[in-house]
Amino acid sequence: MTIVLALAITAVALPLIVLLPPLNGFGTQRDFVGGFADAGVFVLLAIGLNVVVGFAGLLDLGYAAFFAIGAYTYAYGASPFSGLDIPFWPMLLVGALVAAMFGVLLGAPTLRLRGDYLAIVTLGFGEIVPVVFLNADTYTRGTNGITGLSQPSLYGIFGINGFGFTDPWPYFLTVLIVIAVAFSFLYRLQDSRVGRAWVAIREDELAAASMGINTITTKLLAFSIGASTSGLAGVFYASKLSIVSPDQFGFTVSFTVLAMVVLGGMGNIWGAAAGAFIVYEIQSQGLKQLGAFVQSLHVPTLALGPVSVNLGAIDFINFQYLLYGLALVLMMLLRPEGLFPSRRRRSELHATPDDAADSADVLVQA
Amino acid sequence: MTSATAARRPFAAIPWRAPLVAAFALVIAYFVILVGVLADPSQHLTFVGAIPQAQAQFINAVTIGAIYALIALGYTMVYGIIELINFAHGEIFMCGSFVSWWLLTTLGFSGAISDPLLLIGVLILAFAVSMLVMGIVGVVIERLAYRRLRNAPRLAPLITAIGVSFILQNIVFVAISNSIVTTPQIIPNTVLTFGPVTVGLINLFTIVLAVGLMVALHLFISRTRLGRAMRSTAIDREAAQLMGVDINTTIALTFFIGSALAGAAGVVQGLYFGITVFNIGFQAGLKAFTAAVLGGIGNTTGAALGGFVIGFLEVISSVWGQGRWSEAVVFGMLVLVLVFRPTGILGQQLGDRA
Repeated sequence: MTIVLALAITAVALPLIVLLPPLNGFGTQRDFVGGFADAGVFVLLAIGLNVVVGFAGLLDLGYAAFFAIGAYTYAYGASPFSGLDIPFWPMLLVGALVAAMFGVLLGAPTLRLRGDYLAIVTLGFGEIVPVVFLNADTYTRGTNGITGLSQPSLYGIFGINGFGFTDPWPYFLTVLIVIAVAFSFLYRLQDSRVGRAWVAIREDELAAASMGINTITTKLLAFSIGASTSGLAGVFYASKLSIVSPDQFGFTVSFTVLAMVVLGGMGNIWGAAAGAFIVYEIQSQGLKQLGAFVQSLHVPTLALGPVSVNLGAIDFINFQYLLYGLALVLMMLLRPEGLFPSRRRRSELHATPDDAADSADVLVQA
Repeated sequence: MTSATAARRPFAAIPWRAPLVAAFALVIAYFVILVGVLADPSQHLTFVGAIPQAQAQFINAVTIGAIYALIALGYTMVYGIIELINFAHGEIFMCGSFVSWWLLTTLGFSGAISDPLLLIGVLILAFAVSMLVMGIVGVVIERLAYRRLRNAPRLAPLITAIGVSFILQNIVFVAISNSIVTTPQIIPNTVLTFGPVTVGLINLFTIVLAVGLMVALHLFISRTRLGRAMRSTAIDREAAQLMGVDINTTIALTFFIGSALAGAAGVVQGLYFGITVFNIGFQAGLKAFTAAVLGGIGNTTGAALGGFVIGFLEVISSVWGQGRWSEAVVFGMLVLVLVFRPTGILGQQLGDRA
């Protein structure tokens, strides 16, 4: 219930916030609503990755691969390239299922490996998938990507047919509904038998196994549920952009989503979602506005010997991955549980007084 | 005491069959390349006409393999001692190539240096500076980012390492260049002939340098007091500490050596390919990591061997006209090795270190 309430509030409040005077300068309400729909894609990705990294403690660095698989599934299902025109709504499920299937295919052989090997295997998988979409150009049109994907449609219900390109509102509401469904599913899963098994594996795999948990299938479930959420996001993203191409799904996407989850709080769905929203808005609006703001100050060029710094000419968007990198390192060092931690994670990652004394000793020796 | 025996005869651990197996593998690799060159439909070469090309590709493979091997050594040493996949290591290689680019262009070089004495002097300077700078960068990263997380849950240092990798990559992206940079190729484009075999000077230089550094590393690890400290820390950190080994210095030293080797690989990258770019470290790092896993992670001989295997895989896939799939081939290899033989080729002998 809380989730439905929260999303209803979001649906109303977010667009209204934009009408506040200080935000007016950033753009029209329409720009913002479109931006929120894109942010919703990353919220979906983040709550999905949160299952894998946060709940089960498996580091998946190739998460964008499943995003790509979802998006290309929609492209094959509803585009002139394939000749098919399957409606958007069943394709959401199909995309999620196909992504989950690839999750199982990748996970089944590799999940029995140690955690850090899994990280590198998923990293490799995340590299291979865009390479395959790029090189198998007979089937994917290579670097041009597949264009002209069908738009979602409600077939006249509420008087809405195709969603079109101009009005961002239907996309915003659609992504909110998709998030609501995924969110409540994952939220309920958290406290279920499976959810508790994930936490047990994360904290001590050996102990979990000896308690009778089948660690392989439980981890595989986390992996494929994460992948299917990513697939959902991919289908929605593809339908909104109406184009898919290999360069949309590089490692930077996986890295951005990881930074969102880590910043928000691994293991806390609300935290991951909030982290995704905040990071996305900083990336898409904040840095651009910061650049415009600094430019408007007309700071004179600083000359420090051979180095001259012209603040007005700096494009702050170039700094986004540097900032994410710094954020990851600083969060891990100073606040590993994230900005909005789950209670369990906080107690887990912050040492008890005894442990703290031990680590203080280590630091003194260092 | 076994370590004393090993110290006196550092290569004793290598079984007598190893050179035969290696020679056999090289012959097979050569023929695979030769058949690939012959089968190239765009050239229509005769058997005799294909031999020089196959030879050049063979030497190219060894050269590229030497670069991967140098990077892989750093991965395997760090993993051996603190069980961390140092994702930032590929970026150390990239930064090394930029240090040498900066040094050579600042000194005013843009092409080949014909005076041999000057060439040797500049090469020594470039390698010394790049290896020293990157070694220090490696130690600083370990001190600032990894040391505090040594006893943290495993996820924390891994995520930190990814963060460090992005920090290094984007510092270069923002501060130096966001596109491909041309590096001075100061070694002349000379070809040396030894009977039927012709080798480019740069290839010979790279291979000799890489093998020299590897032998030096092997002797350092197996014969010196500090090397023994490194080996004992890798086997059991606490026991080593009780025996009077300074753990922090030893781990810092490991990072220094590993990063210095990656720095050397970065210089070679600039000299051999003549270009560098801010995101070169990501792919190179992944391939070198694959090499380290292939050889048996934690095992320095294995990492060197794995590097050459990856070099051959890459060249063979490009000779067979599938160059754009070479990444997929290498990562597919990584997955297969991890699934079917996670200890790697040489993992059995030193399994307890991995």
